[in-house]
Amino acid sequence: MKQWLNQHSRALLLILERMRRNWPSTLMMACVMGVTLCLPGILYVVVDSLDRLAGNIQGEPQISLFLKLELEPKTISEIKRRLTQHPEIKNYQFVSKEKAWQQLKHDKNGADMLASLEQNPLPDAFLLQPKAQTPEKVEKLQKELQQWPGVELALVDASWIKRLHAVLELGNKAIMVLAALLSFALVAIIGNTIRLQILTQLEEIEVSRLIGATNAFIRRPFLYAGVFYGLWGGLVAWLILVSIISLFNYSVADIAELYSSQFRLNLPSWRIGLVLIVSAISLGWLGSYIAVQRSLFNQK
Amino acid sequence: MIRFDQVSKRYPGSDEILRKVSFIIAPGERVFVTGHSGAGKSTLLKLMAAIERPTSGTVLIGNQNTSQLRPAAVPFLRRKFGLIFQDHKLLYDRNCFDNVALPLYINGVVGANAAKRIRAALDKVGLLNKEKAMPITLSGGEQQRLAIARAVVNRPAILIADEPTGNLDENYAAEIMALFQAFQQVGVTVIIATHSVLDAAASRCKRLKLDHGQLICEMPESDQTKADTDITPELPA
Repeated sequence: MKQWLNQHSRALLLILERMRRNWPSTLMMACVMGVTLCLPGILYVVVDSLDRLAGNIQGEPQISLFLKLELEPKTISEIKRRLTQHPEIKNYQFVSKEKAWQQLKHDKNGADMLASLEQNPLPDAFLLQPKAQTPEKVEKLQKELQQWPGVELALVDASWIKRLHAVLELGNKAIMVLAALLSFALVAIIGNTIRLQILTQLEEIEVSRLIGATNAFIRRPFLYAGVFYGLWGGLVAWLILVSIISLFNYSVADIAELYSSQFRLNLPSWRIGLVLIVSAISLGWLGSYIAVQRSLFNQK
Repeated sequence: MIRFDQVSKRYPGSDEILRKVSFIIAPGERVFVTGHSGAGKSTLLKLMAAIERPTSGTVLIGNQNTSQLRPAAVPFLRRKFGLIFQDHKLLYDRNCFDNVALPLYINGVVGANAAKRIRAALDKVGLLNKEKAMPITLSGGEQQRLAIARAVVNRPAILIADEPTGNLDENYAAEIMALFQAFQQVGVTVIIATHSVLDAAASRCKRLKLDHGQLICEMPESDQTKADTDITPELPA
């Protein structure tokens, strides 16, 4: 166990020392990784912010339930009862046709329109708010309500929410694709860097082998190198991401003010930072593992 | 104990380098492998250290058959040996101390304990004052001694040297041979391949003479005690 720790700590120190000695190239590598990693990061922050914005507006999706004309009061109270008992409905409000008529009269535009009408053409209606927030669930509820007797039309007020969600979904997919492509590029970049390092140390590797080094011993420093490149890269990516967002938020705030909105890009949470760094480390490890495996153990 | 039983070795596309070679080396023996260049001396040593595997026959190191060793077990077999190569195989990007440290690091020995053993090994070969020097600044004889320090720092049971005096003048060669004798006296099995004319001390040791891959004579150890009085060995470990 002690021996194992010794070997690891030695490989670790060796690599840190090597990176310190070649700090310009280490820095370069960290920047390359940082820039690459922060691209999907930025996209994520934008989509995430829009998502929250959509969440706020959508807040309470509404379903308007227009009843058939000329309904018995009994049917209306039956619908009321069913709405009260329905587990998916948060609250509802009954708008009688007289009330709607009055409201319309108060509205200037409406009053002009109504002047040409002789009688009230409006139906009784319920305005209700479902507990579910997702478009799918709301839609399901809407379809159910549509089937109720006495209901002429159940209308979800904002189908644009659905469209927005679809667009955001697209954004999420774009992040995935971008992240996957860039991950591949990073693995290739790190792999190549590690391969070059291996080439400069072939002599040491050969001698180590001859005097009894295990494959793990030979692989270890290179794996640590990959992990550290990942760590530095992840940290740089995080820095870039935070600075870019802080910078942009000034302009975003100005624009949002013009639309009298409080919209801001959210600073990424520490969880996102953690994900960024952990994935950078994993990519670094993977890249160097592939490189070591290819250049050391395939030539035999 | 090292035991070769009907060992043949052929590289792809070559004649047989070794043909049905059989011998036994007991623990603590000092053995010279002689023969013209190309006789198969280096190959013989490589077979011992499991750097190569025999085409046929068996090589037993202790009780392990090298041909049946799993690849993962080979490094652990090699740690029983101290290997000294004809071309030293020193690492020129680090100083003497770090060169000798490599086998210890491979074994997971670091820190003060390692430093102590490294200095002891350097001291034994007379290079203690050069621990910070880069190998490239050393003379040929010093480089060879540094290689020996690296081979013995792990206190191996078997020391294998391939042409250790090949490029050295007589004085240096005698120094190096005296070192090997000192190691043998503390119980290390020493196996030396050489094509040079053997000196007086060596002529009394066991000799394996190779000719075109065949073991043509195996001279047993003769009057060892008398021989040892001729050369004053360096301090044993």
